[in-house]
Amino acid sequence: MRHLLEVKDLEVKFALWFGELTAIDGISFTLDRGERLGIVGESGAGKSVTGFAIINLISKPGYISAGQILFEGQELNRLPEDEMRSIRGNRISMIFQDPMMTLNPVLTIGTQMIETVLAHENVSKSEAVDIALDKLKKVHIPSPEKRIHQYPHECSGGMRQRIVVAIALLTNPALIIADEPTTALDVTIQAEIMDLLLELCESEKMGLILITHDLGVVSQITEKVIVMYAGKIVESGATQSVVQDPKHPYTRGLLKAIPGIIPPGSRLYQIPGMMPNLTEIPQGCSFHPRCTISESICSTEVPALISKDQHHRMVACHMVK
Amino acid sequence: MLAYIIRRIFVLIPTLLGVSILVFLMLHLTPGDPAELLMGERASEEALQEIREHLGLNKPLYEQYGLFLKQLMQGDLGETIWTRQKVWIEVKQRFPATIELSIVALFISCFAGMILGIISATKQYSIFDYLSMLGALVGVSMPIFWLGLVFMLIFALNLGWLPMSGRLTVGVELETITNLYILDAIITRNWAALRDALWHIIMPAVTLSTIPTAIVARMTRSAMLEVLRQDYIKTAKAKGLSQFIVIFKHALRNALIPVVTTIGLQFGVLLGGAILTETIFAWPGVGKWMYDAVMQRDYMVIRSGTLFIATIFVLINLCVDVLYAVINPRISVK
Repeated sequence: MRHLLEVKDLEVKFALWFGELTAIDGISFTLDRGERLGIVGESGAGKSVTGFAIINLISKPGYISAGQILFEGQELNRLPEDEMRSIRGNRISMIFQDPMMTLNPVLTIGTQMIETVLAHENVSKSEAVDIALDKLKKVHIPSPEKRIHQYPHECSGGMRQRIVVAIALLTNPALIIADEPTTALDVTIQAEIMDLLLELCESEKMGLILITHDLGVVSQITEKVIVMYAGKIVESGATQSVVQDPKHPYTRGLLKAIPGIIPPGSRLYQIPGMMPNLTEIPQGCSFHPRCTISESICSTEVPALISKDQHHRMVACHMVK
Repeated sequence: MLAYIIRRIFVLIPTLLGVSILVFLMLHLTPGDPAELLMGERASEEALQEIREHLGLNKPLYEQYGLFLKQLMQGDLGETIWTRQKVWIEVKQRFPATIELSIVALFISCFAGMILGIISATKQYSIFDYLSMLGALVGVSMPIFWLGLVFMLIFALNLGWLPMSGRLTVGVELETITNLYILDAIITRNWAALRDALWHIIMPAVTLSTIPTAIVARMTRSAMLEVLRQDYIKTAKAKGLSQFIVIFKHALRNALIPVVTTIGLQFGVLLGGAILTETIFAWPGVGKWMYDAVMQRDYMVIRSGTLFIATIFVLINLCVDVLYAVINPRISVK
């Protein structure tokens, strides 16, 4: 069966005055209908750029320099802009990080919902209003008839993110890309939004790409996960097996860094060092300067992403056998 | 909304009182005897005494101010010194001319400035962006009296496309109702006069609009650039909306908030700039009138003119505040 989304050897570069920077360095993954995938990594790993690359909205001076993005059989990175626009917000919806910033402050919620419906579907305005009300009910917004006449600043953060989710649902997309959808929210609201996303993905049979730095959230929601570091995939596989038995030292570090309940006074774990800047990616394995088990080969040869066991587990590390 | 406007109008009262005090004191703060200032150094003692009596200059200051205010309330702006004509009659004639010129200039600068700013912002660092911003810099730096003369030289004298000066060609009939000639011509369906009035207003209006156009263009550009970086623009694009809707519906409405303020302030600049422009193009407005009054030291005229310009400026600011609340729903009007 054909995949819903297939990303093959995607490469994204940023053309700057001093040369080109590679933000995404040849990543590949697939997603089936109704499947949920997590993309995990620290800030600057290239997670968000991957999300934007899929809907071909990388902001200049970035561009897709190589690879293919196949969605429902269409090659998205070769589509002309107007055809791409008919897919954006229609077949693929995107949810962004901060609901305080992602809704236009001077337009009512209704306006922002209706325009999306009207941009993609051949319906009258009153039908569009009905669709908007229906989706607001789906995300459990009380008295949606009142809400659609309100402006974003009249709603709370959790409420706004529900509205953002409702906007993403308007056209019954096959795929939702959620870029850190709960990072800006309180923990309790986070859980609510995540439950909502999970519930909706299951009831509407939608595919989900969840971009986050939080492996905890990924393990609750997704079936598959890819871990990115400095523009490359370092580990991928079924979420449960990756979380329970992480192979790559970076994944292990990320899991260890999730704060649990620890005795007072003890320090939280952190991976030593920082994600390298795109201008100074180390030779060999880009993680080796921060790695606790690296050996001499790691600083010279780039490890390939290869299967390390029978469960579709892929790891890019010289030290993992 | 209405309550908000009424409240804003009440706030205007102290401002206007302040302006009236300043304007009133203008005559008394100038060193020397006001009567002598008005009549000139070589006036006879009888003439000085007469003007003191006539204008009440021999009374205490507070009483004079009280009288001045009382007359203002009754719409009496006094008489001009030289012609002993009611100032009000002149104002009624000249004020619409200035307003007409300023409004046309404001339209030009809003339209041209915003278009230039929007294109520059959406095509940042393109040739168009560089050229229009260079043009804006030149526009702000250009002295308008010089620019006006250059326009006259090129378009009136050499090419002969546009009339040299004035509001209407002598001999063109126009029944005046509001004294805004363009409006009057439209009301009376006098198309010949409309064409003639438009012909006359182009050059002074364009001259007057150069600085505000440049300022509006730069303001629109920076506001648009700021807004285009926002996440909600990303959202709008990710929703699959067209470039046109993203720019004009999502970005421009947000960018307009600071731009409207600028435009409101520019209207004041226009009224001030009108003094130069009107003088060059012999435009019979308040500016030209005030210029003549300054030359003749007619304090009564300067006083009324200043008061009028200040009042308009304050009213424009009121309009800006109201518009602001309309554009930006986050401003509570309650």
